[in-house]
Amino acid sequence: MIDVNQLTKRFEGVTAVDGLTFRVDKGEVFGFLGPNGAGKTTTMRMLCCLISKTSGEAKVGGYDTGNDNDSLKIRKMIGLVPDNVGLYEELTAYENLDFYGKLYERTEAQRKEAIERYLRIMGLQGKQDQPVGGFSKGMKQKVALARALLHNPQILFFDEPTVNLDPESAKVVRDLILELKGQGKTIFLNTHDLDEAQRICDRIAIINTRLLAINSPAELKRSLGGKQVIFQLASISDAIVNTVKDMKRKNVKVESNRIIVDVADPQKENPDIVREIVAAGGDIQFITESSPDLEDAYLKIVGESK
Amino acid sequence: MRLRKVWIIAAKDFKIFRKKKGIIYSIVGFELFVSIGLPLILKYGGSKTGGIPAAALPAVIDSFSFWFVIGAALLPMSLASYSLIGEKVQKSLEPLLATPITDEEILAGKSIAAAAPALIATYLGAAIFMIIVDRITHTKLDYLYYPNRSMAVILLLMLLATFFSIGFNILISSRSNDVRSAQQIGALIAVPLGAVYILSQMKVISLTVTNLLIMAAILAVVDVVVFYFAKSTFQREEILTRWK
Ligand SMILES: Nc1ncnc2c1ncn2[C@@H]1O[C@H](COP(=O)(O)OP(=O)(O)OP(=O)(O)O)[C@@H](O)[C@H]1O
Ligand SMILES: [Mg+2]
Repeated sequence: MIDVNQLTKRFEGVTAVDGLTFRVDKGEVFGFLGPNGAGKTTTMRMLCCLISKTSGEAKVGGYDTGNDNDSLKIRKMIGLVPDNVGLYEELTAYENLDFYGKLYERTEAQRKEAIERYLRIMGLQGKQDQPVGGFSKGMKQKVALARALLHNPQILFFDEPTVNLDPESAKVVRDLILELKGQGKTIFLNTHDLDEAQRICDRIAIINTRLLAINSPAELKRSLGGKQVIFQLASISDAIVNTVKDMKRKNVKVESNRIIVDVADPQKENPDIVREIVAAGGDIQFITESSPDLEDAYLKIVGESK
Repeated sequence: MRLRKVWIIAAKDFKIFRKKKGIIYSIVGFELFVSIGLPLILKYGGSKTGGIPAAALPAVIDSFSFWFVIGAALLPMSLASYSLIGEKVQKSLEPLLATPITDEEILAGKSIAAAAPALIATYLGAAIFMIIVDRITHTKLDYLYYPNRSMAVILLLMLLATFFSIGFNILISSRSNDVRSAQQIGALIAVPLGAVYILSQMKVISLTVTNLLIMAAILAVVDVVVFYFAKSTFQREEILTRWK
């Protein structure tokens, strides 16, 4: 659905996006991650035909973003939640949405049905006739989400959609994204929320002007390598720590009453370590495995790019 | 350009204007002053000395009528600055530009939104002005002063001044983030027109049909230039990356 090839954007003096190449398939939730100023919003704007590219190619739904005729067709099939909600504060929630419904040539009955449905999903029923200017940030964000969905677009671009939402509303939005995916919609999601990304994204691209990594969340984590096992003891002594270290472990850390060990193959190695600790007089209370999470992978990948 | 889309944009702005009572009051107030207040000066001005002499009346009426040109330049100002800077500070142009609408359609819709109420108000005011002036002056002049050719050119000048005002406002909007300061800068365009009015009052220039036509020709050229720049300013790339 989205096909990007060597996409580059230069502003006077700044290269914001440099040689990005990736594709997003139909029905995919695609996460776009990167530090502040990495070029996420700039990329999204190019894909939504809002700004031009300096070089390279970007196709959305088979149409070329660089072509004026195609650009109108692309904009018919996409929905955008920009990083600033951009609502008309003087108008009510209903009037804001109705205006957009008209721009997409929906009939009055279609608009009414869709507006009421999405306001209900967002938990804003009953607020529809109040001016948006009096809404909280999160409520505005929800109206902006409803606005992007009204015309039933095939491809959705969300620039940090849950950033102002309370945990419950953020979950509503994540569930909604998964429901949209279930309907075969394609979702391009800019986010700084790594937990969100690993929960709902099929694939994740990490960028910092250039593309640093692109893969499924599981693969990105796996690329970090081994696992850590945490042994929590009733009390700790040098004798116990030394025994574990003597087992030729590369990496043994001690944090209060916990010994944290890098283990390549937990199923084979854990029993040995347990036996040694017990033999050295340690009382084991818990054993937990901590696999590296997306945050570790992200920090490593971004750190290495600098 | 698809007129339906243009109209949707304009209609949305009308809806916002209707909620801003201050804009409506200032337009109505100005029109009441020029269309009713100025004719009353004709009636009561110099009434102790027998009123304005018949021979002097035409020149006075003509310079009064020039107020409508000034109004036509000023009134779209407040409308256009709300319509454009309002969108800018609310950052609502980005999602709008992501819908299937062209930059020209938005620009046309915004221009109509500012021009239509201003033109309706000023033309209506001009009609009232002509009727009242005729009623007040026809016994003294012994003929109906309006309609006449000079007012026809004034009506044309009003249209051109309205266009100028809107084009100028689009240019200001790309640089300003504050409705009030934009209106103050915008009000500068009343200065040359006000100067014409004062010079006519001082009888330095007379607002003959020929002179008015010359002004119209100059304003028409200026309009074309201003709209050329306005159109090149109002482009999505410019708006999203260079409007400050
Ligand atoms: N209009 C502009 N003019 C000049 N430079 C710009 C402009 N817009 C963006 N940039 C630059 O492009 C780079 C990428 O910005 P962008 O907004 O795409 O980052 P981002 O990944 O969305 O960041 P964030 O996570 O903070 O939202 C930044 O260095 C920014 O300064
Ligand atoms: Mg951003």
